[in-house]
Amino acid sequence: MNILDDDPLSRQAEVNFSGVTKVVSLAFVPEAEAGHYVIVHAGFAISVLDEQEAAETLALLQQIDEAQKGEIAP
Amino acid sequence: MRYIDEYRDAHLVRGIAGRLAALVTRPWTLMEVCGGQTHAIVKFGLDELLPGGIRFIHGPGCPVCVTPLELIDKANLIAARPEVIFCSFGDMLRVPGTAGDLLTLKAQGGDVRMVYSPLDALKIAHDNPKREVVFFAVGFETTAPANAMTVYQAHRQGVRNFSLLVAQVLVPPALAMLLASPERRFQGLLAAGHVCTVMGYREYEPLAERYGVPMVVTGFEPADIMQGVYLAVKQLEEGRAEVENQYKRSVHRDGNLTAQRLMQDVFTVTTRQWRGIGKIPDSGLKLREPYLAYDAELRFGVSEHRVAESTDCRSGLVMQGAIQPAECPAFGRLCTPDQPLGAPMVSSEGACAAYYRYRPKKL
Repeated sequence: MNILDDDPLSRQAEVNFSGVTKVVSLAFVPEAEAGHYVIVHAGFAISVLDEQEAAETLALLQQIDEAQKGEIAP
Repeated sequence: MRYIDEYRDAHLVRGIAGRLAALVTRPWTLMEVCGGQTHAIVKFGLDELLPGGIRFIHGPGCPVCVTPLELIDKANLIAARPEVIFCSFGDMLRVPGTAGDLLTLKAQGGDVRMVYSPLDALKIAHDNPKREVVFFAVGFETTAPANAMTVYQAHRQGVRNFSLLVAQVLVPPALAMLLASPERRFQGLLAAGHVCTVMGYREYEPLAERYGVPMVVTGFEPADIMQGVYLAVKQLEEGRAEVENQYKRSVHRDGNLTAQRLMQDVFTVTTRQWRGIGKIPDSGLKLREPYLAYDAELRFGVSEHRVAESTDCRSGLVMQGAIQPAECPAFGRLCTPDQPLGAPMVSSEGACAAYYRYRPKKL
């Protein structure tokens, strides 16, 4: 994400969606900064992805996965 | 892409399915509310990975599908006017109204344009000051802030040749109706992660408690959905009925307050008709003062236009989880994406389209 305009209402960024770049409004995510991951609906970012929570969710999923491996192994 | 690929890891998804098999002691039925989740479930075959007895039924979370025939006819009436440039998301263009769809109107010379954001429609209004630009504001709480902001900006910038045809609906009142139904066929619910990103999940807490139905706010990738199922089934097995948040990387309990404030400034709650389902009290939004001047129904005098819905399409039953898409006699025969009878066969979030696209073998 790359910030284009800094007025709070018309604040915009270029957001890269797996290779396709679109201009997105940041009016609802004043905390967003360049480099952040955002979730976008209808041209507006509605949240900044919480990277710590993402890591924790993934770690939890991997724990479930590990537990399962443990159960399968004879 | 980061934060997507790792949640699509097949090994991880199978691992959760295995864990679920160890947990479950009896059959459970879960409803996923959101059409985006329905598509992920059918596309990735998640329903086929579930251990015996756990199954999904699909909810009403497809905005295009629930938009009533009456509003589609109003869209057609407005879009047919020579001074109008009618803008809409692509999905809406092929939904049949009483006398055809917007794409047909475009082929007949109507100025109908597909846009990706309501802000694109506002820009078209700026660039065409002698034309009337109308945006079809369809959607749930995820698109309401975008539409609210666009009207707010139009007002602030003095753009008068812009208006919204509002078809904005709200999830919790529809859920309350489904939960209260004596024919309810699900015991647990996956709430939509993006709606809750905007609104948070406080509104869901009294519903979970009152109806004894666990609700898990869930993301959209396969591992998210499987974890949502795991958490919901764990609650059911333990006899709990709480709201849990699987999608913590995007959802907070209070949601996005900046977005909610703007929605409340621009819109007020109203009763809305849901296609195939009927009228649900307080289930939608309409413009409020000082933004009523941006209401396309008032501007073009179509607010009194009434039509009755056809009964050929069973989409209402599909969207309430009463039947699966393939149980409809018209599915894949009289009704296909090229010749749809109803919106769920058209929309990228519609359950019928998901089954038609990803399960052709079951026809």
